[in-house]
Amino acid sequence: MLSLFKFKGGVKPQTNKTQSVSEPIAVAPLPSRLFVPLHQSIGGTPQPLVQAGDRVLKGQLIGAADGWISSAVHAPTSGTVRTIAEHVAAHPSGLTTLSVEIEPDGKDEWIERTPIDYATLPPERVRELLREAGVVGLGGAVFPTHGKLTASKTVPMDELVINGAECEPFITCDDLLMRERAEEVIRGVGIFRDLLQPKRVLIGIEDNKPEAVAALQAAVAKLGEKFEVIAVPTRYPAGGAKQLIRVLTGKEVPSTKRSTDLGVQCFNVATAYTAWRAVTHGEPVISRIVTLTGNVERPRNWEALIGTPLSEFVALGQPKADTNGYLMGGPMMGFEMPAMDAPLVKATNCIIAGSPTLFPPKAPEMPCIRCGECAKVCPHELQPFEMYWFSRAHNFGKTQEYHIFDCIECGCCSFVCPSRIPLVQYFRFAKSEIWAREKEKNAADQAKARFEWKTEREEREKAEKAEKLARAAAAQAAKKAAEAAAAAATPAAASDATPEPATETAVAVTAQALLPAATEPATTTDAPVDAEAAKKAAIAAAMERARAQRAAIQPKNTENLTLLQQKDIAAVDALRQQAGIEPSPAAEAEEPKS
Amino acid sequence: MISAIAIMALGAVVLGALLGYASIKFRVEGDPLVEKIEAILPQTQCGQCGYPGCRPYAEAINKGEADINLCPPGGMEGVQRLADLLGREVKPLEAEEKPKAVAFIDEQTCIGCTLCIQACPVDAIVGAAKQMHTIIADLCTGCELCVPPCPVECISMPQITENLDNWKWKYPVIELKKVA
Repeated sequence: MLSLFKFKGGVKPQTNKTQSVSEPIAVAPLPSRLFVPLHQSIGGTPQPLVQAGDRVLKGQLIGAADGWISSAVHAPTSGTVRTIAEHVAAHPSGLTTLSVEIEPDGKDEWIERTPIDYATLPPERVRELLREAGVVGLGGAVFPTHGKLTASKTVPMDELVINGAECEPFITCDDLLMRERAEEVIRGVGIFRDLLQPKRVLIGIEDNKPEAVAALQAAVAKLGEKFEVIAVPTRYPAGGAKQLIRVLTGKEVPSTKRSTDLGVQCFNVATAYTAWRAVTHGEPVISRIVTLTGNVERPRNWEALIGTPLSEFVALGQPKADTNGYLMGGPMMGFEMPAMDAPLVKATNCIIAGSPTLFPPKAPEMPCIRCGECAKVCPHELQPFEMYWFSRAHNFGKTQEYHIFDCIECGCCSFVCPSRIPLVQYFRFAKSEIWAREKEKNAADQAKARFEWKTEREEREKAEKAEKLARAAAAQAAKKAAEAAAAAATPAAASDATPEPATETAVAVTAQALLPAATEPATTTDAPVDAEAAKKAAIAAAMERARAQRAAIQPKNTENLTLLQQKDIAAVDALRQQAGIEPSPAAEAEEPKS
Repeated sequence: MISAIAIMALGAVVLGALLGYASIKFRVEGDPLVEKIEAILPQTQCGQCGYPGCRPYAEAINKGEADINLCPPGGMEGVQRLADLLGREVKPLEAEEKPKAVAFIDEQTCIGCTLCIQACPVDAIVGAAKQMHTIIADLCTGCELCVPPCPVECISMPQITENLDNWKWKYPVIELKKVA
């Protein structure tokens, strides 16, 4: 017999499991409406593949996985898609999430299912199959299962731990599943074993479930597997992955590492069951076993469709008159469902009807007396009283120094606190604040980087533009200089040959003809043309050109005037002269003509 | 006597050389305090403080030219953190604190003038001349600099609403209930 290890801390709350195990699992009747949230697992949000008005079949894909760590969503029954809209989520916030509303047609008509012998498939295809079938961790964390089924390349896979501990009070869904469907659970574990190739497979079940242990042992024997079914001591939270790994293998997963780094991987029994159904029966995850217990007349386990509204589901158990709310999950880690039309999701393992007698309202919080009880029961050996102190003071840096992110929010500390401080609430608050700040910080850093790129880009563009302009100006100047040089050179050459200027270029001609100052030294001295003279010549030529241009622009409206018009102008000019004003330019222009 | 002076002088020379070397070798580029101040600022580059970006504002704070309460996107928390860092007095924010928002372009109205793209300090707008523009909401810092240049007023600043992605656990409070 394998010797078991112990984890530190833990508590023993009243288990309250017997109420819901007396009756077998029953299939819940079809509800009138289903609200299937598209985002039900950790990772990317699946995009809807159907539209309002479409007819869907049971098991039809309605949301395809978005990215590798994401899981598909399927229609739980056949019917018509009514809307794809925001609907209240099964989440403590009471916020909405994009959900597909399906009106069942009552036929419960399946899509074509193709049973597959997974042994013939390569491992990657099996992982893809699980992803397409929406298989996620049904223990509560809803991490896509296919993402955990790749063995580490560096660390040999020693142990595969299958978690059937179900340590939270009230919950019995895994217990009943193991009792009634043991063979399929074991076959599902077989899939995981074949994909991961571990040395040993350990199935841990709390010893308050002897029937489940016996059923699984019988199934293991029947199927001829070598899995070890082990009863572990009942102590909350033995079902925490790290705790169960510690108990079964003695390995303690350090805070910065994952269990795979130590060669251990952990799955829930219900996940193994759904993996088996998905692979060899072609049935995606569209329902799950949910414990309905607490303040109800008929506590029992139901196989309920994903998306069943809470109100229709709890009606099955006939809640008592003084029911004042419903918890999803167990009393230690669960949360109150925000609305009666919030749907059941893949993470919903238990619904507990609450009443003032079952869960009496908490007495007011008293000051922390630093008794250290919380530190004694913490299964992760943290110091909740210190973390509480700093969370309360919004000193988040200090909470991280006390390893707040190792806290699994199991609620042991709140359970034992004599001052009734909701410690886990403070830790959740601190964690989400730290996450939000980290996100903000990252966004600010990226914004800064983009701002710097933009400034740099703008400066570079400006520099490039200036350079281009400078280059153009330089080219222009060089051209002018060349022209001027040509202008200066032409007369120098021409003066030797003929007195008449050679007509090389028009500019040169004007420059030579109209500027005696520039041409004279060249013609008289007959010296080699120096640069200064050329420049001077160019300037003079330009000035002369401008003058010529100015002179060329004459008012054009005074040409071809009739005699009468000329007489009129002359009359006006005479009047102007009398008044002492100069004659109009028109008259001046006309003068040479007339 | 001479040897004592010589030893002291030698010591001074050696230590001086060491210090001189260290001051070149381990020279700190820029002012490290400016970096720290800038890390606290929200990097919206909005210019609401009167400086052309977060870095110039950080430099102005460091020189003592600017007060620490001029950054509305940083909020009172930013003022508090700056006060803690610099040992200055906490002051109420100059402008009023606004809830976080991101820009939104009404794509029906957008004429594709690219003015907002030029105004955006963090490259959060995509589009081209005479093509529709749109905001990349994840990259938008909500600085509002794109709003005034828009000639057709198609940019609005809707507040960021709470959703499942940005929802946070609240600080635990005990509700006081009136008994009888």
